[in-house]
Amino acid sequence: MSSTSLTTGPSWARLPRRHVPVLATLALLLVMYAIGVSQYRAFSNVQVIFNVFIDNGFLLVVAVGMTFVILTGGIDLSVGSVVAMTAMVSAWLLQSGLPALLVLVIALLIGPTLGFLMGCAIHFFDIQPFIVTLAGMFFARGMCTFISDSSIRITDGFWTTMAQHRIGDPGGNFVSVSVLVAFAVVLIGAYVLAYTRLGRNVYAIGGNPQSALLMGLPVGRTRIAVYTISGLCSAIGGILLSFYTLSGAPLIGIGMELDVIAAVVIGGTVLTGGSGYVFGTVLGVLVLGVIQTLITFDGSLNSWWTKIVIGGLLFAFILLQRLIGIRYK
Amino acid sequence: MSERIKPLLGHRLFWPIAVLVVMLAANTIYRPGFLSIEMNNGHLYGTPIDILRLSAPLILVALGMTLVISTGGIDLSVGSICAISGAIACLHISQAPDQNSFVTVATALAMALGVALVLGAWNGVLVSVIGIQPIIATLILMVAGRGLAQLITEGQIITINSGPYRAIGLGHFLTLPLAIFIALGAALLVAAFTRRTALGMIIESVGGNREASRLAGIRSGRMVFLVYVVSAACAAVAGFMMTANVSSADGNAAGLWVELDAILAVVIGGTALAGGRFYLSGTILGALIIQTLTTTVYAMNISPQTALLFKAVVVIAVCLIQAPAFRATFNRRKRGTPPPPAPTPQRQKEEASA
Repeated sequence: MSSTSLTTGPSWARLPRRHVPVLATLALLLVMYAIGVSQYRAFSNVQVIFNVFIDNGFLLVVAVGMTFVILTGGIDLSVGSVVAMTAMVSAWLLQSGLPALLVLVIALLIGPTLGFLMGCAIHFFDIQPFIVTLAGMFFARGMCTFISDSSIRITDGFWTTMAQHRIGDPGGNFVSVSVLVAFAVVLIGAYVLAYTRLGRNVYAIGGNPQSALLMGLPVGRTRIAVYTISGLCSAIGGILLSFYTLSGAPLIGIGMELDVIAAVVIGGTVLTGGSGYVFGTVLGVLVLGVIQTLITFDGSLNSWWTKIVIGGLLFAFILLQRLIGIRYK
Repeated sequence: MSERIKPLLGHRLFWPIAVLVVMLAANTIYRPGFLSIEMNNGHLYGTPIDILRLSAPLILVALGMTLVISTGGIDLSVGSICAISGAIACLHISQAPDQNSFVTVATALAMALGVALVLGAWNGVLVSVIGIQPIIATLILMVAGRGLAQLITEGQIITINSGPYRAIGLGHFLTLPLAIFIALGAALLVAAFTRRTALGMIIESVGGNREASRLAGIRSGRMVFLVYVVSAACAAVAGFMMTANVSSADGNAAGLWVELDAILAVVIGGTALAGGRFYLSGTILGALIIQTLTTTVYAMNISPQTALLFKAVVVIAVCLIQAPAFRATFNRRKRGTPPPPAPTPQRQKEEASA
């Protein structure tokens, strides 16, 4: 189908080509930031950037997990619901008086368990990831309202401390604990993908599952692992979200999976798998965050413009990936 | 392929019908008056009629989705197209001096349908000309389309008071709800085009192997383009019904998650997500099953969100029953024979389209 493989240049030209989408995202981010600074004086405030991280820390964590899944050529539609379920379960357990640490452990176990089960269904029964994770999404969202129809407030000491604790510099700018957690997840994710055997296997499977299998790579184990990782990231994201909102709400995070997929794609990861970086995903999340900030600063534009702009950017980046012809099957 | 020709129990519609019958029976046991239908003011009323009426939009969307899936694609944007078409129609009607005028309603429908066709063409071009994966190509419109719908309604809920428009959702014809006839008409139209002409076979061949079909002289690209346009048109009509049911257009909520229900209906109906084969009757049954499930869950005073739990169970059950690997495990245990060789080409294709 793709004739582009015939036109790949010499080896020195191939490396930058893989980096083109990430560089394009970086350029876009800088342009958007420049527009913001030139239009609004307050935009140059460092706290604006910190706020983007504070508001999107959970999204960043979830997007790291999604990067793993998409790199293998799969997709995980359940993330938004798992985030909501984790926040809901934590709020519910805290309300019933369990100690914070125990709640944290339980909440962090549910996501990976669901991810593991979905991975098994995908691998052993050969069902499409799209449909399995769709069922996972239904399940997790159903569990949310099964627990409670209305949102549950969190008053636990540990949670409120986490929510309100500010880590700042002498200039008065600050970030929340969630941002540090998100950074830790990003660094671990980037390390695993770049320097571990699991990371190599993820790229290999995304590149060509058949070849990976023939090469003797543990395709099944890796596949199940990425969905488990995505589940774990969603669970961490859910905890961060519950820090952020100090409540568990059954309808929170609807459509988050699409934001996450959009962030990963805008970050330069190819949806057919095999090519992409966690660093790109960070940029993708930042792009979404800056769009929202710009729209908030403008004041006259409404939130629906966010969706339209994200859709437009998604289109532009997919087109870009197509045009430069990286790894398109 | 023998797995497909030799289903578990006789006819391929056996399982969907069995599920539907079991659900209806369970409902009747739980609530004895469930199946009763009564005549009131010359119209038939009753839960079965309600299920038929409420499933009409889903049947429409699922019909288009069946064609898209049979070409090996998927259309995630149908929910947004429902919202956009409903919003445009309601906006036009709300601005008209006489909302009950037939011409106004007809113009509104034509305008909205026209926009939907353009959106379908956009999807079609992305998939067939530019060659973007269907799930991603339609994801763009799914994300941006919600924004567009809200842009059209300016974030408000447009309420209208138009008799002719309301009739699309709540009107009656020959004692039955008009919506049923619209869905039935669309189904017959699609069936006539795909089963009485070679069109259906061509679509299936494109879904089976696009490149081979092209080499065999079929304009594969044009076929792929066409199914997205048809899907968008079906979604638009479904959007009219949804908004007519409540006489208002809500850009945010109209058609939310209908794409998932539609895909579910198609899969329950026996159409494989990998493409190459489609069953319209199965899809309609699938849509009826989903609506019956929804109605059942509501009747038990369970919130709509919790209903998703039951849907999750159904999705997994149906997928497992259909999964060749699962059947192989099942059959092996029963017969004690080694499993058939792995269906490699199909698996490859599924992975490529996943």
